[in-house]
Amino acid sequence: MSLRATHRDVGTITVVDLSGRITLGDGSALLRKTIRTLLDDQRKKILLNLADVDYIDSSGIGELVSGFTAVKNQGGDLKLLQLTKKVRDLLQITKLYTVFDVYSEESSAVRSFR
Amino acid sequence: MTSGTKHLEVTLETQVESVNLAEEMCLRVAEAAGFGEDDCYRIGMSVREGVINAFHYGNQERPEKKIYLAVDITAEKLIIHVLDEGTGFTLADVPDPLAEENLLSTSGRGIFLMRAFMDEFDVVPGRTGGAEIVMSKKLPGPNGQGGQETGPQQGA
Repeated sequence: MSLRATHRDVGTITVVDLSGRITLGDGSALLRKTIRTLLDDQRKKILLNLADVDYIDSSGIGELVSGFTAVKNQGGDLKLLQLTKKVRDLLQITKLYTVFDVYSEESSAVRSFR
Repeated sequence: MTSGTKHLEVTLETQVESVNLAEEMCLRVAEAAGFGEDDCYRIGMSVREGVINAFHYGNQERPEKKIYLAVDITAEKLIIHVLDEGTGFTLADVPDPLAEENLLSTSGRGIFLMRAFMDEFDVVPGRTGGAEIVMSKKLPGPNGQGGQETGPQQGA
């Protein structure tokens, strides 16, 4: 299943709802384009909702890190919401779970942005 | 190849679609061999990463080069070979993606994931002059001791 991405505003936060696979090719490219477009629109508080993302490969991990760095470099923040077990395991073994701010509840995640 | 070993091999084009094709093919073989859902996921991911490695690093995304994928099922294990037509590499030269200075790197986690998800993993010089990834997982059931649904192992 290819990746789909939609976004919505919750106050000053942009929540990006992703579903499908973030993998080499279209999935990674769509994530990159989505984050770059938001940054171009000066939306720098981004919450990626990964509740419906059940598969990420190394290319997808690289794209998450790239997006995180791009947002931080522009003075913003990118956080993750509702990881599936496979994605959480992947971020844990790659030690990225400690790099990203990860939340299980959207309301808590939204409140955490300053 | 010993008697009773099942062997399957395909030649793949150096293109993104080959990654999905290789994953799907090996998933079917793993399911038919009796692996459970979690192990199938790990095998599929490892094949993806092996073919991504061949596509991107080995063959430098050059379409005239090929990727050779082979799967053997012995009495004890499933063995996967991924061979490219690059110039080869040495495992010792691959940076550790868990090192503090590499944590925010946007690439370089494929080898780590294959090592973490498979029972055995090595890279040897291939007949093409490129790198040949060889990785295996013990079969579930009476012939192999593997197949338990355990969490991913952390490796270097």
